[in-house]
Order: sequence, then C-alpha cells, then structure tokens
Amino acid sequence: MSRKSRSGVTAKRPAPAPVFAALGDETRLSIVAKLSGGGPWSISQLTEGSKLTRQAITKHLRVLERVKIVRSVRAGRESLFAFDPEPIEGVKTYLELVSEQWDQTLSRLKSFVED
Amino acid sequence: MNDRIEKRIELKAPISRVWRALTDHREFGEWFRVKLDGPFVPGQVSSGHITYPGYEHVKWEAVVQKMEPERLFSFTWHPYSVDPKTDYSKEPSTLVEFKLEKTPTGTLLLLTESGFDKIPSDRRLEAFRRNDSGWTEQMKNIEGHVTQKP
Repeated sequence: MSRKSRSGVTAKRPAPAPVFAALGDETRLSIVAKLSGGGPWSISQLTEGSKLTRQAITKHLRVLERVKIVRSVRAGRESLFAFDPEPIEGVKTYLELVSEQWDQTLSRLKSFVED
Repeated sequence: MNDRIEKRIELKAPISRVWRALTDHREFGEWFRVKLDGPFVPGQVSSGHITYPGYEHVKWEAVVQKMEPERLFSFTWHPYSVDPKTDYSKEPSTLVEFKLEKTPTGTLLLLTESGFDKIPSDRRLEAFRRNDSGWTEQMKNIEGHVTQKP
C-alpha cells in the first residue's frame, strides 16, 4: 500500500494520534467547544460554571496546548487561551488520505480476485 | 463522530477466492504491495516491507488478530509508521478488519479500520454541534470522512 500521501502529511503536521487522544476527554471537549466559539478566554472564565478547579482546568489546557489545539497569549499578568483549528484540519486531512488509500488498495484487490 | 473508516466493496469472485487473496501472504502482498516474510498466524507479528515504488525502505509490520475462515481476517498495526527514525511502538495502533459475506454474485467485503485513538463519542460531540463556529463545520466534515457508511 502506498504511504506516499501519509508521509507527505507527517512532514507538515503533528501526528494525528496525539490530537485524537487530546480530544478524547469530555472536559477537554467542553473547553474546546468554548474556545472555538471565539476567544481568548482566561482560566477564571473557563472555570466559571464548571465543577472543576483552576488546577484541573489548567491541566487540561496544557494537554490541548501540547498538541497545539490551544495556544496561550499573555495579557498583563494573566494568561489567556485561544483556539487554533490547524491540528484538527490536519486530522481531517489525515483521515481523508487513509480513506483514499483504502479505496486504492481495495480496487487493486478487486482487479486481483476478479481477473 | 466515529473512530473508524468503513468501506464496502462487491467482488465478483467466490468467497473462497477472496479469502485466499486476503490470507495467503503471497497473494496479499501482490495487491497490497508488500513483501511479507512469512504466512499470517493469529497472535503473531507479520513483518515485511512495502513494495510500492519509491517506498521500498518502509517496513510493514502488523499483529494478526483473527482468522475465521471465509468470515473474518483482522490485524492491528500502526497506521502512521512511515518515518524510519521514529519508534511507533508506543503509539496507539488501529484495528483493520476484513469481513466477508456471500452474495448472489460473489462476495461482499466490509473493511473497517478503527481506533484512531479515543475519538469522542457521538454523545460528546453534541457539545460541538450546538456551537455555532466554523469549527463545528470542520467536525462535521471529519465525521463525513470517517463514517462513510454504505
């Protein structure tokens, strides 16, 4: 199976598995949902109305920051957090490529068994 | 949103023929474009290298999971292992399943690749659907691509 397109993607974008992993958590998803609506948000704003402590929210923000879904911007003494759609676009591209490659691979199987 | 890719394809060949193309390592290698070191054995590592022109340096490695004759062939692998300098063994692997069903004209093949790590469940994704941002649109796009149901 051709890995051509996949390797092209690895060069430019973060690997998708960590992005998927970062999103695979209800709290982080709710944080991302808030941030993606516009921002940036402070930790206090994110903590408001949530059952979680600032420490817990901070921990989740760090996980999202590591895969670059979230970036922090300094505003005076406070850190604000903003959403970056790029890693998720990367994941989307990745899944498209995996899907396309299966199409190609399966069409080779089709010719192989039908000949 | 689903953590899987699903494909289905109708093959005009008997189920026994398709089963052989899937599970005989030499036949598999021909259409998959991989040179395998040995036969597939459930529970064992299958190794080899890609034969696709220009990518011969890329290793192929999978762990065979199930071989239920003429019904199910499955293996796990690391779908992203293209860089020879990277150790992918700690990364999550995906499960590839080939399921076969007999049809009046031949064989129906259902392919699933699942487990692109812990992608949010449908319920969790509701949070995004309610959000009026461009990103919600993105998630729908992703969903379209990973849930290509027949």
